[in-house]
Amino acid sequence: MIAVCALQDLPPGEAIRVDADVPIAVFNADGTFYAIDDTCTHQDASLADGWLEGCQVECPLHASCFDLRTGRPSGPPAKVPVRTHEVVVHDGHIYVQVAARESALA
Amino acid sequence: MRSAITVVGASLAGLSAARALRAQGFEGRVLLVGDEPHRPYDRPPLSKDFLAGKVSLDDLELSTSDDDFDWQLGERAVALDGQDVLLASGERLASDGVVLATGARARRLPGMPLPGVHTLRGLDDALVLREELVAGARLVVVGAGFIGAEVASTARGLGLEVTVVEALSAPLAGPLGDEMGAVCAGLHQDHGVRLLTGVGVAALVGEDRVRAVRLADGRELPADVVVAGVGAVPCVKWLEGSGVRVDRGVVTDARCATNVPGVVALGDCASSYNNFAGQAMRLEHWTNAVQQAQVAAATLLDKEVPARAVPYFWSDQYGVRLQFAGHRRDGDRVTIVDGDTAARRFVAVYRRGDRPVAVLAMNQPKLFGRRRRELAAAVPQPA
Repeated sequence: MIAVCALQDLPPGEAIRVDADVPIAVFNADGTFYAIDDTCTHQDASLADGWLEGCQVECPLHASCFDLRTGRPSGPPAKVPVRTHEVVVHDGHIYVQVAARESALA
Repeated sequence: MRSAITVVGASLAGLSAARALRAQGFEGRVLLVGDEPHRPYDRPPLSKDFLAGKVSLDDLELSTSDDDFDWQLGERAVALDGQDVLLASGERLASDGVVLATGARARRLPGMPLPGVHTLRGLDDALVLREELVAGARLVVVGAGFIGAEVASTARGLGLEVTVVEALSAPLAGPLGDEMGAVCAGLHQDHGVRLLTGVGVAALVGEDRVRAVRLADGRELPADVVVAGVGAVPCVKWLEGSGVRVDRGVVTDARCATNVPGVVALGDCASSYNNFAGQAMRLEHWTNAVQQAQVAAATLLDKEVPARAVPYFWSDQYGVRLQFAGHRRDGDRVTIVDGDTAARRFVAVYRRGDRPVAVLAMNQPKLFGRRRRELAAAVPQPA
């Protein structure tokens, strides 16, 4: 479990990047929290910098979207989903339970 | 009701159009014709991480096993007859819809071909070039546009001695204007790359291999390797006689429709009317290829066309990410609205009168994204 931040530090519509072994982006999508691997394909853009619309985050570089619920990309250059991670809110703090490396949908 | 659609051009634009056809419900045959033997691959890394040897060909591949198309790779289209596509092999692909996505090829310098002198457009170009970018070699880049600047950046990172020659007064002065072009000039200078502006190239010097670049002012720059980044020409010559109208690219309306029914065009080969800019534009940018694909497919399938986004491009130079959205004209006024150009971390807005028409950022993806959306909100929708 990785500590992310206090609840009030991640208001709706915002995202925060957590530097773990693989960076993770945590999103507050209209009050529901999601966490996915932070990096769009080719390791060249941080999804935490992307535009959040409903449950979709738009890569800040390519403008392709990732579904926060499944990690699935909507278009190129991403070909495979990014991993999704479980978010736990406890005592006013947000934590992420990092998924196993291979758990992205095939 | 169409039963077979041929997509000519198997790069990002063609692949995206083929996928958009499927996503929008087309169940007939989709034939994807590409003149390269390779499956579609991502081009932006060719001048950056791929050239630097940091990513492999597998990393670049764009197609997946979900792509349900009839692939015709390594095939050149030589004519369009109504809606039938004729290949160099003699085969005629019978279609009732055609997507033109043949892209563009790099413009060459006088004196090419000459060993040691390169252009960079496709994968094969990058494979040859990266063998020549060895530490200590002297590289002269002609043209400080996106390709030239990115190659200079990558080569400098590989330990080459790099000189960039630009005919205009500043790099990227066309899209960005002189003031922001000067900031881009600073990126080269920050990293020990010599930048010569306001001077053209007169000739390549060397018989069996390039050994220098002679400038219009008479100076000679010794060169072990030369890369010409002097623009691109749309691949439309094969359309002569087809009846499809061409003017600096295949002419289309904002819906990607050409003057020939059942034929649409998109991406680098198209000169499409752009609602945001209020004029026809040939946009050689990654995002345009993906976005236009949705529009082209909808037009071909007689569906409602999705809203067009604001023109957008990015470039990575010396670890700095430039992002630009909108359309700038001479006379537009640019102001820094956040950050500091000297720190190479800022957002600048271009205004025409009081109206924001474009935004440029360096290393500010989040703020840039917001400004870009504000521009999009102001786009007049088609009547």
